[in-house]
Amino acid sequence: MAEFKVHRVRFFDYMPTAIRAMAFNHRTERLAVARADGALEIFNFADNYFQEKVIPGQDGRAAEALCWLGQRLFSAGLNGEITEYDLENLRPRYTVEAYGGPIWSISSNSQGTLLAVGCEDGTVKIFEILEERIQFQRNLDRQKGRIISLCWHPSGTLIAAGMMDMIKIFDAESGRATHRLLVERGVGASKSREVVVWSIVFLSDHTIISGDSAGKVQVWDGLTGTLVRTHLVTKWDVLALSSSQDESSVVAGTSEGTVVQFQFLSSNVGPQDKEWVRTRTFKNHSHDVRALAHTDTAVVSGGMDTQLVVRPLLDKVEKNTQESAMRKIAFPHRSLVCCAKKAGLLLFQFPDHLELWRLGESNGHGSPGDSLPVKRKPEKLIQLKRKGEDHISCSAVSPCGGWLAYSTVSSFRLYRLQNNTISVTKVSRLPKDLRSAQQLCFSSDSTKLFASSCRSSVLVVDLNQSDCKYLHTLRPKSGSSQPVHLLCVSEDGKWLATANTDCLIHVFNLDKLKLHCTVPVYSSCPTAIAIHPTNSNLVVVHADQQIFEYSLVQKEYTEWSRKLQKRGLHPLWMERDTPITHIAFNPKNPAHIILHDTFMFCIIDQNLPLPEAKTPLYNQMTLRSLPESERIMHSHAFKICKHFQHLLCVRLLEDHSLVVVERPLLDIQSQLPAPVRQKKFAT
Amino acid sequence: MAALYEGYTLCGLTPSQNLSNSGIQGVEPERDSDHIVVTDSRRSVTLFKVSDQKSLSSWTVKQGQTLTCSAVYNSKTKEYVAVSDSKVIRIWKEEDLHLDKAFKATVSSDIWRVHSAAELEPVVLFQTGAVRFLDSLLSAPKQPIEDVLAQEEAIRWSTNVVTESQQLVIFTTEQKGDNFLYLQRFNPNTLQKYRLEGEEPGLSPLSFSASYKDKHIRLVYLYPNGHVYQSIVPVRGLGADEGAPALPLPRSLLLALPVGEGLLEAASAQVLDEAHVAVVGLPHPSAGAGKDFLCIWNTNFQTLQAGKEMKGKIYGQLWGYSNKLFIPHGKSFSVIPYECPKSSLASALGKLRQTKTAGSKASTSVPSWNNILHEDKANPSKTAETRKTRTTRKSQSAPSLTNDQIMELIKTASVAEVQKEVEGLLSRTDVQDLQPSLGQLAAALVSRSLGEEAFYTPSILAQLVQTRCLCHSMCPDLVLLALEKKDYFLCQLCLQFFPDIPEAVTCACLKTFISMPDSDAEKVNLEPESISLMETLMAGERDPVGLQNGFSPATNDMDQAGGTEAEKKETTTPPEHICPVGLHKGVLLNEVLMTAYSDFFLLPHLKDLSPQHVVLFLRYLQFLYLKYSQDAFPQMHGLRSPTLTQIMDWVCLLLDAHFTVLAMTPEAKGLLHNLHTFVKSQVRLFSELGKIEGSLHELNKMKVNKDIGQYSIEVIELF
Repeated sequence: MAEFKVHRVRFFDYMPTAIRAMAFNHRTERLAVARADGALEIFNFADNYFQEKVIPGQDGRAAEALCWLGQRLFSAGLNGEITEYDLENLRPRYTVEAYGGPIWSISSNSQGTLLAVGCEDGTVKIFEILEERIQFQRNLDRQKGRIISLCWHPSGTLIAAGMMDMIKIFDAESGRATHRLLVERGVGASKSREVVVWSIVFLSDHTIISGDSAGKVQVWDGLTGTLVRTHLVTKWDVLALSSSQDESSVVAGTSEGTVVQFQFLSSNVGPQDKEWVRTRTFKNHSHDVRALAHTDTAVVSGGMDTQLVVRPLLDKVEKNTQESAMRKIAFPHRSLVCCAKKAGLLLFQFPDHLELWRLGESNGHGSPGDSLPVKRKPEKLIQLKRKGEDHISCSAVSPCGGWLAYSTVSSFRLYRLQNNTISVTKVSRLPKDLRSAQQLCFSSDSTKLFASSCRSSVLVVDLNQSDCKYLHTLRPKSGSSQPVHLLCVSEDGKWLATANTDCLIHVFNLDKLKLHCTVPVYSSCPTAIAIHPTNSNLVVVHADQQIFEYSLVQKEYTEWSRKLQKRGLHPLWMERDTPITHIAFNPKNPAHIILHDTFMFCIIDQNLPLPEAKTPLYNQMTLRSLPESERIMHSHAFKICKHFQHLLCVRLLEDHSLVVVERPLLDIQSQLPAPVRQKKFAT
Repeated sequence: MAALYEGYTLCGLTPSQNLSNSGIQGVEPERDSDHIVVTDSRRSVTLFKVSDQKSLSSWTVKQGQTLTCSAVYNSKTKEYVAVSDSKVIRIWKEEDLHLDKAFKATVSSDIWRVHSAAELEPVVLFQTGAVRFLDSLLSAPKQPIEDVLAQEEAIRWSTNVVTESQQLVIFTTEQKGDNFLYLQRFNPNTLQKYRLEGEEPGLSPLSFSASYKDKHIRLVYLYPNGHVYQSIVPVRGLGADEGAPALPLPRSLLLALPVGEGLLEAASAQVLDEAHVAVVGLPHPSAGAGKDFLCIWNTNFQTLQAGKEMKGKIYGQLWGYSNKLFIPHGKSFSVIPYECPKSSLASALGKLRQTKTAGSKASTSVPSWNNILHEDKANPSKTAETRKTRTTRKSQSAPSLTNDQIMELIKTASVAEVQKEVEGLLSRTDVQDLQPSLGQLAAALVSRSLGEEAFYTPSILAQLVQTRCLCHSMCPDLVLLALEKKDYFLCQLCLQFFPDIPEAVTCACLKTFISMPDSDAEKVNLEPESISLMETLMAGERDPVGLQNGFSPATNDMDQAGGTEAEKKETTTPPEHICPVGLHKGVLLNEVLMTAYSDFFLLPHLKDLSPQHVVLFLRYLQFLYLKYSQDAFPQMHGLRSPTLTQIMDWVCLLLDAHFTVLAMTPEAKGLLHNLHTFVKSQVRLFSELGKIEGSLHELNKMKVNKDIGQYSIEVIELF
C-alpha cells in the first residue's frame, strides 16, 4: 500500500533526570513529580495518567519535597526556599526564604492551615497559609542536627520529625519536643555512622513509622515513645515512605530499587491485635526509589532511574483489566522534537540548550527492509545555549528552516537562521506582549508565529524578512484559565486550533482573526490535534485513546468519526499505555492519517473498513505473507508499524519520507550512574 | 575416602608479634604414637600425651639461651637431644628437671638439626652439610667439621629416612635461587647431590615431604604457585664419587592446586600415603579465596577428599605422625586425626557413568563430591530406605554384633549364621554409615566362598549389591564368583549397579549368557522389571511394522527384490522379527548392553566369542533394533532398557571384531545383508538431511538483529 523511506534517527540524546519527590492529591487525583533538574510535572491519574502540565526547572532550584494544599502546590528545596507554583501559567508563583538553611522536608497539617518545613539548622518552621501567600509564624524548639523528615499528626496537634539518630515528637501548640525516640544505628561498619531518618509517617492512632539509612522500617508507639517493631528491609537506605489514606497500608522505597509494602493486619481472627506486617515487595526500579505515593489502588514510585512506575495493588483493582496493568512512564507526553519539514531539519529541545540538525541524504532506492547507503551524513548545524537561569519550556523551528524560537518562563527569543551559511541572528526587537510562551507554532508558509500565553490566549506575530510585528491576540470566549498545551495551524493558514488542559479545543479563523468554534468537550484531555490540509477536518486524539474527526466547515463530527464511535475502537488499541503525541497527514493520499505513540506509529486509512474487535489489530506480518490479491480482504484501516520503538517523534517530510526519532531505553539506562552494589549469586 | 575428623587443641600458641611464625620450631614423635615432643622457637621443650591433650613435662633453657633445633627423642637410650645456641648439644632424660644440670657438649661448628629414628642412633646434621652420628660426635666434640656445601649455599630443609637396612639423611639447599637435594648414606658414607628442576624464576619450594617405599624415596614438594611435584630418588647409590656434578632430579607434577590470588606465602604439603597429600594454607576450591584450609587431596585422581577450615592465621607448618596431623594456626596448636583408606576409582569419582539409567532410579549412595563438599545431606536413596525398613521389621531383637565381630564370623561360621548376622547388621544401621565396611564385608564373603566350595550366600551378596554402596573395584571377584556359581540374578544386579566392571568381566558375562542354553536360562530368577520389558518386546513380535528414521526393512527389500517378495512378507513374519533368544536370556543380554565400557578395551575380549555366538548375538541385536524402530518403545515404557545408541554401538563393535569371520560364515550372510541395507538407508537419510542443511542455516541467519547505529535510512512498507 505504502512504501516509505525512513530516516531513522537515534542521535537525540534526550536524558530525563531523576525523580526527587512526589505528592499525590487524593481529591483531584493529580500527582506532582519533582525532578532533579527542578522541573515539575503534573499527572492526571483520573485521565489515563496523562502528563498534563510541565513546569520547567531552573538552575539551582530543585525541590527536595512537595506538598499539596488543596489545589495549591508547594515545594521546598536545599536552596532554602519555599516555592508555590502557578499551575495555570506553569511557573513558580513566588518563593519565600525560610532562613533555616537547606530545607529537607515540607508538610502541611490536615486542616490545610499551616505548613511545616524542616531545616538544616535544626528548626521546624511553621508557616501560616494565607489566601495569596504564606507567612512565617514561628519556630518549634530548635534541635541539634538537621530535620530530615516531617509528618503532622492528622489531628494537627503533633509533629513528628526525623533527624540524625533520632525522631522527635513536637507539640505543635507549644513548640516543645515531647518525646525523643532513639533510632538504632546499623550493625558492623555502619555502626560509627549516624543513621538518617529519611522518611516518617504519623498515623492517627499515634503510630509513627520511620524509614532510615540503616535499612530499617520501624513502627513506634507515639504516645509512649516506644519501639513496637523493626523490619529490616534492606542493607542500604530506606529513602521514602508513604501511607494509604485509610492508614491500612504503608509502602517503603529502598536504595535497592525495591518497594516494600506493609499492611496493618490482624495476625489472628480477632480484630484487636492488629500489627504492621510486611506483605509485598515490588522491584520495578534499577536504582534508588526516592519518592513514593500511595494512591487508593496503586503504589506510585520514582527515583534515580527516572521512570515513574504505577504499580496497581491487585487486591484493590479488578484483575485482568487495564486498571490492573503496571505502567512505566519513561518519556514525556509532549514532543521535544520539532521538524522543519520543508528544510529537512530537526530541532531537539533540551532543558538548557537546543540542537538543530540537518538530516542525511541518500540517493539510493531499495526494496522494503533494506538500509540505504547514506550519501550525506546528518550534521549538527547549531547548538544554542539558553540565556538566564530558567530552563527552556518550549521551542519551534519554522517549516522553511528560517526561524527558530524558544521560550522560558521569563523570556522569549526569536532567531533568524541562514541555513546556507549557517548563521544565527537574534531578532532584537520583539513585541512587548511576547514575553513568554507555553506553546509555539509557525504557520506552514513561515510568515506567522503563534505563541500561547496566559488564560489560553494566543498571540499572532507577523514575520517578514528580518523583523516581527505583533498582529493580534486571539482569546477564547469561555475564559478558561488553564494553559494551552497543544497548538496547531492548518496547512493553508486559515485555521488555528488550540487545546488546553480543561479539555477545551478552540478553533480560530485566522483570516478573520476570531474564534470560529469550540469543539464539543470530551471528558478526556486531548493529547494531539491536527487539521487536515484539504478538507479542513480537525482530528483529535485523547488521553483515553479515543479518536474524533470534526469538520470545521460543518461544525460537526464527520461521518467517519461517527462510524468509528459507533463501532468502537479495537480493544488492543484501547489497551496501549502511551498517548498519541502527534498527528500528521499524507498529502499524497488524503485518506491517510499518520499518528504515533512511544511504541508504534500507525497510518489510518479512512477508506478501509474499521477492524472488528475479533480481527487482529497488528496484522502487518500476516498481510506481508499474503499474495497481493488477498491482502485487500484482510486489511483494515489501522496499519500499525512496531518496527521502531521508543519513538519521540514521527514526521512526514515534504519529500514524503518519514523521520522517526528513537531514544532506546537502553541508551538512557546506560547513562545512569551505577546502582548500589548488590550481592548476586556467585559474585 | 579420606576423611578429616574433628580436631582438638593441644596447647595455646604465643606467636611472634607480627604473626610471622607460629612460635613452634618442631614436633617430633616420642616413645609411641600418642606422645610427641614439641620444641618452641625460644627456650622450651614440652612433652605431650596427645590423646589426653595434656603436657607431661616441660624443660626450659636459661634466659639468654635459645633452642636452635627441635628436640628429638632417642628411643635407644630413652633420652632427649636438643641443641642450644647452634653449638651446644644437650642430652637429658625424662626425670631430669633442669636442663642446665643436664649433659652438655659444645661442638666446633653450627648444627642445623638432629635427626632421630626409632631404635637407631641419632644423626647430627651441621649447617655446613656435614653429618655425624651423635655417639661418634660426642666422643670427640671438638673434632673438625668439614665444609660440604659451597659458599652462600644454605640448608632449607632436612629429614631422615629409615629403610629396611639403613638410615639416610636427605636435605635440600638453596644457592642463588637454585635448589639442590643431598642424599647422605652411611656405611659407606656417600653423598649424592641432585639439582631440582627450576620452577618459574624466583620460586623456591615452600615445603618438602619425604617418604620411603620399595627402595625409593618419594619426595613431594610444594611451590608457591600451588604446584605439587613428586620426585623419586633411588636409595641405592649410583656410585658417583665426591664432587661429581649435581644430577638433575626428574620430577612429575602431582597436583596443580588452586592458589587463589597471588602466590602462596605460608603453605605446606605433607605426604600421608601413596595416594594422599595433606595440604595446608591453600584455598578450598569451592569456598572462596580464604587460604586457611587444611585439605586432603588424592594424587591419583586429583580429587579433593576432605577439607577443613582452620581458624586464624596459617603459618605453613604441618606435621603428621600416626594418623594425626599437627598444625599450628592462629593462637592454637591443633591435632586433627585423619584417615586415608584405600580408594577405588568409583568412590573417588563418586558418580556413575551411566547417568541416564541412574536417573530413572533413585540416586546411588556412592557419595558425590558436591554433596560432601557442601555438606549437603543427600537424601538416602529410596531403595536403601525401603530395604532398611523392611529388614528392621524382620530382625529387631537380634543380638547385635560389631563390624569386626561379623568379619571374624564370616571367616568361620556356617552359612545360616553368617546370613543371620549380616542381615541383622544391614537392618540395624543406616547403609550410609556402613558404606566403608560394606566393601570389606563383601570381600570377606567372596574370598570365603572362593576358598570353600560349600560356602555361598547368594541372598546376602544380592542384598549388599543392592545397597549400591559396592563397586567392582571394592570386591573384584564378586562377578566372577557369581558366574562360577551360575547365580545369574547376582550377575544381573552387579551389571546393573557396578559402575566400574572391567571390559574383560563384561565379556566373560556375555560369553556365559550367550552360550547358556535357553532351557537353563528360563529357570533363573531375574529382576521382574527387566523381564516385563523383555515380555513387552517379545509380545509385539507379530505387530505390524512401523517406521522410524525412514527405515523399514520391508520397503528396502522391495527396492531390491520387487513386489512379489514383499507380498510374501505380509503373510509370514520375517525371521528377523522373531526373538532369536529366550526371554530370560534376552534380559541378561540387555544388562550387558547397558553396562558402561570403553570400546578400545572391549574389542580384544570380544574376539574371543565363537562365530555362532556372534551371529546369535547379532541377530538378537537386530531384533532389538527393529523393535525399537517400530515405535518410540523405550520412552513409552519408562523402564530401564538399552538405548538405541547402545544397541548400534554393540552391533558396530561386534562387526569390527568379527567381520572377516562373519563374511565367510554362510549363516551370517542374510544378517550382514540386512545390516548393509539398513546402513544404506541411513546413509540416504543423512544425505537428504545434508541437502537441507543449507536452508536450515539460512533460517538461523534470518533472526540475526542488525546493529543500528545513530542514523540510518531505511525503506519500510506498510500493507
